[in-house]
Order: sequence, then structure tokens, then C-alpha cells
Amino acid sequence: MTERPIDPIAIDVGEVLQRSVTSLYASLVTRPTGRAVRMAIATQLEGAGTLSLSLIDFSEVVIIDFSCADEVVAKLLQQYLDDEARDAFFVFRGVLEPHRDQIEVVLVRQGLAAVIESDPGEFSLVGMRTDDEARVWDAIERRGTLEPSDADATFGQPVERDALASLVVRGLVFRSPESGRIHALSRLVEHLL
Amino acid sequence: MVGGAGERALLDARHLRWVDPNGMVALLAAGAVAARSGGARPRIELPESADVNGYLSRMKFHEAARDVFDLDVATRRGGSGGASDVLLEITPIVANADVHEVVDRVQGQAGQILSSKLGYPSTAVVQFSVILSEVCQNIVEHAEGPGWVAAQAYNWARRLGRYVVVISVMDVGRGFRGSLADEHSARYGDRWGDTTALEAAFLHGLTRFPDSGRGQGIQQIRRQVRRWDGAISIRSGTARIGQVPEWDDTPPLVDGLAPLPGAQISIILPARAGA
Repeated sequence: MTERPIDPIAIDVGEVLQRSVTSLYASLVTRPTGRAVRMAIATQLEGAGTLSLSLIDFSEVVIIDFSCADEVVAKLLQQYLDDEARDAFFVFRGVLEPHRDQIEVVLVRQGLAAVIESDPGEFSLVGMRTDDEARVWDAIERRGTLEPSDADATFGQPVERDALASLVVRGLVFRSPESGRIHALSRLVEHLL
Repeated sequence: MVGGAGERALLDARHLRWVDPNGMVALLAAGAVAARSGGARPRIELPESADVNGYLSRMKFHEAARDVFDLDVATRRGGSGGASDVLLEITPIVANADVHEVVDRVQGQAGQILSSKLGYPSTAVVQFSVILSEVCQNIVEHAEGPGWVAAQAYNWARRLGRYVVVISVMDVGRGFRGSLADEHSARYGDRWGDTTALEAAFLHGLTRFPDSGRGQGIQQIRRQVRRWDGAISIRSGTARIGQVPEWDDTPPLVDGLAPLPGAQISIILPARAGA
């Protein structure tokens, strides 16, 4: 199972901030700054095709406020969920404790969820999710990859199958269109970490 | 303050014996309003007390006042020596770049003071910076007028028996009622006023923007201030609304105050018990 159905790209938000706004700013604050960073990320994704997986790296960001979290995380996710022509998946890296609250709040407010790296090598599902979604996501995260037959056996209850379908639609796990395998997003980006 | 219509105003602060960040930014706001209505820059007589002047100097009041008042700083400046509990000197807020400057500048000193004086964890400087960012953005995004921010720690020995950090933000913009009127006044009908506008923003997170991602700033500031057992109040127009902790006896909602152009946001963060 060495299939890598998407070739992920890494985007360093700290670098984008300095390049797209000004090299003088060290913090991800204010709504116009967040908007500029989101647009710069979207520009990078334009060349990624109709199917993409991005590792959005916050490791070098010291401060992120709610306005920027809304622009860079929530609006970015919403933009691609609304885009029927493209399937874009995201993993947010370096979302350490000081950033987590801001990101979780804006996701919940917009009814969104995201996969974050909360500690090095530790991934979490944050934002709005049901208990069933959380449980199914945890199981996929532990396994890394599930063959279609494994998925059917593991998630035999209707609520579990519904939760899995929802996670796929919401871009929180990846189902390969070719093989039907279910992939934890964290495993698809682990070679970039 | 003296000075009639069309006359140059004079703010007489000579006998001032103590001033906190709220008082300092309020002096600047009063001067800005006087300049707007009188046409000429008002004058200010600075405090005679060397201690008060020294404190004003540490808070960089004179630099900010030079943009508002007709002021000969060199002749009245006090000393600026001594240990300082200044987290953030008075900083004018006009554009988003000013918010960045505030957040970047506060990183060094604020963390040390929050830790040593208030007993907050080292990561508190991040949440503190987020609070500053959001309150300052309120000026840029909603007030459409200039404002100032300042923050300082001092010992509330008699009132609370603990250190506190006071953050004060004030602007001379259009106020909460002015900011929200176009979008929200109709649904309130006759009840629309300063009080209902403050309730709409403070309690319900309404803003003039239709974007559902907006309106989180004040809500999340309230949440963080509550976690730290702090107090936050907003005064605008003739009303003031606040989130009052147990140690404070300020009424949560007051109307019928003297009209205040723009808005004043005051946040008090107390030291952890035993810190």
C-alpha cells in the first residue's frame, strides 16, 4: 500500500506572509493581512490541478488572531468546499496550543472542521464534527490507510458509514477515486514533515 | 476643559496627581474632539507633578499629544527613569499597519510582565496579543476615526490587593451606534440607541458586515477576559456595557452618561490569586 494518490504541496504561511504582505510583519494579524495570505495560497494552488492536498505550515507564525484565522483557515476551506470543479484537501501544520483556540473558534463558527498537526507528529480533527465523525476519523488516523473491504468491515454500522461519507465530502479524509482506499490525510503528507 | 464655541480650548491638567491608561487616552480623545469642533489645536497644561510627568513620559504621552495639542513638550517633560511596568506605550491607531506594530512591539516586555506581575503562564502573551489586535482592529474596521491604545501594569493594593494590567483603547470615530445603524437599526425600531447598539455588538456579536465570520473579535475577547477573571467594558455614546467579574461592583449596563464620541474599551486583567 505505497500508493500516493495525491502529490501534496507544502506552503509555509510565515514565508507567504513575508512575501505577500511585507517582510516587516512577523504576526498573522488583521483581516487584510489574512486576506492577502489566503489569496497568495490560492494563487499557489491554481497550478495544482483539480485534485490537490496542501500542507499549510504555521510553524513560523508567532501570533494568529481570530480575524486572520477566519481568513486563512475558515475562508480558505470554505472557498474550496464551495468549488465543485476542484477537490482540495488541507492539513494545517504547526497549530500549537497558542494558535489552536483561534482556529477552532473560527471553524466552529463557520460549521467547518480541519485536520491539524497539534504537536509534532500528532494530528487532530478540530472544529465542528459529530461524535461519530470524530470516532471514525480517529480510527482512520490510527490505521493510516484502509482498503475498501476493510472500511466496510470496520465501519459496519449505518451511522459509521454516514460519518465516513461525511468525512470524505468535508475533505477530512481522502478516498482514492481509483482504488477506493481511504487515506488519513496525515499519512499523505508525512514525507513532507 | 475651557474654551467656548470658536475659541481655542485649554485642557488644564496641572493639578493631576494620578492618571491611568484610560485617563491618558481620554485626554488625547478630548483634545481631538476639541480640535474638531474648534478648528484650532487645543492647548494642554501638563501636570506639575514630576512623578505624573515622568509616568506620562514613560507612556510616551507627549509624543502622542504633539499630534493633538499645541504643546511645547521640551519645557514640561518630566523624568523618565525608574523601573517601568509599561506593557504598551500610547500608540496611535489609524491603519492596519499600526495593529501589526502594536502586536510586534508588545511581544518582548508584555510576556515578562504578565508572568512576573500577574502570574500568568508564558503562553499568555499570545492571547494578550490577540486581544490587543482585535480591540485595535475595532478602530480601523468600525470606528472610521483615529484612536489610541495603551497598556500598563500597576498595583491595585487598596482596591484588589493585587497587580492588574489595564488595557485602554479609545477612538473618536462614529461609535457603535453609528457603525451598526445602517444594517441593524431598523429591526430595533424605536428602541435603537447607544444601549441597544452596544448590546448588539457586545452580547450578540453583530457587526455591520454581512460576512458570518465577522463579529468574533469582541466575543472572543470577552471569553478570554473571563478566563483570566478580568473585566471588560465598552463605553460609546451615552451608554456603557460591561462584563463584570465577582471582584468588581460596576453595573453591567449604564445609560444616560455624558455623550462620548467614538468608543472606549477598557480591559482590566488581575493577577492570579497568590501571584
